[in-house]
Amino acid sequence: MDGSLDNVDSRNLDIFKEIGNIGAGNAATALANMFNKQIITGVPDVRIVPFNDIINIMDGPENVVAGVLVDMSGDLNGFILMVVGIKDAYEMISIALDEDRPVPASFYHDSMSELDQSALSEIANILTGAYLSAICTLTGLNITPSVPQLAIDMVGAIISIVAIEYGKIGDSVLFLKTNFSDIKKTLSGHFFLIPDYASYKILIDSLGMTF
Amino acid sequence: MAVILVGMADLDVAANPDTLTTLGLGSCVGVALYDTSRLIGGLAHIMLPYSNGYSGHNRAKFADTAIIDLINKMGSLGAKRTALVAKLAGGSHMFSGTASVNVLKIGEKNISACVQILNFLKIPILSNDTGGHHGRTIELFTATGALKIKTVGHGEIII
Repeated sequence: MDGSLDNVDSRNLDIFKEIGNIGAGNAATALANMFNKQIITGVPDVRIVPFNDIINIMDGPENVVAGVLVDMSGDLNGFILMVVGIKDAYEMISIALDEDRPVPASFYHDSMSELDQSALSEIANILTGAYLSAICTLTGLNITPSVPQLAIDMVGAIISIVAIEYGKIGDSVLFLKTNFSDIKKTLSGHFFLIPDYASYKILIDSLGMTF
Repeated sequence: MAVILVGMADLDVAANPDTLTTLGLGSCVGVALYDTSRLIGGLAHIMLPYSNGYSGHNRAKFADTAIIDLINKMGSLGAKRTALVAKLAGGSHMFSGTASVNVLKIGEKNISACVQILNFLKIPILSNDTGGHHGRTIELFTATGALKIKTVGHGEIII
């Protein structure tokens, strides 16, 4: 195999969907405990998508989004990237801080307060951690996440890190979208699992996948 | 006047009065080539420095193969290689943390590969807006060779 995701069959995609399901369940529990309210997660949308399509899924390359990057190290090296639309980012911050955070008229990295940045990073930490622990459960691999790093910019620019890593092996990326709802509203988080070149095979093998 | 959109890992060419644009460059680099006397432009949105060692089929993804292909495609519109000049934009380090330095420094590697390849081909680099921690949208005007760069929170410039 060349390791490319471009020709993944449906059985292998089901394994990634299972990671999505377990991860979303973990995330709902973690968020409910933290914010002391009921959180429902939808069935994750897991797809292998060509680079240029992924950007269009998120309203075009110039749409401003928040991206939070968490490093993975241990048996598997690489990243998990969470991308959320700016409205959903402010909703997440409102939920985390339990006070209303109106979406500002214009937004970029320096325009978001430090408190808001750390609240958003913490939510990303919980959500990416939930997916990581799903992967650990399914594979038996030992993976340690790093402190999250936040960037607010054009989605094309933020996604470029994902496209570049996957670009080494093919022209598509693994994309996972989950909806989270409390009683009032539904928010969407987009997640990208990005094992580095050497770890990719380890992940595929540990999941019992074949190409 | 048409605006021709160049996607990620893609390249295209245009002649006066059309413009070429690529949106949301992060660690990728936009390579703009321009024939100053024939008013022919070319734009590549490259993702990785060198094609050797990778099984990629898309030549526009890599700086080395993309720049060669871009020059050839401009040649089919009548551009002369000896009349070409270059401008570069992008190559950001989008997440500024310290971890996983190698992967995150891909922006710098992309820029240095482009510079090396253009130097080798004796194509002068007139100006650049590279590095930093922010994304860029760029547009090449074939009428003038101007390269407009738009950002989120870091203003707009023409190089």
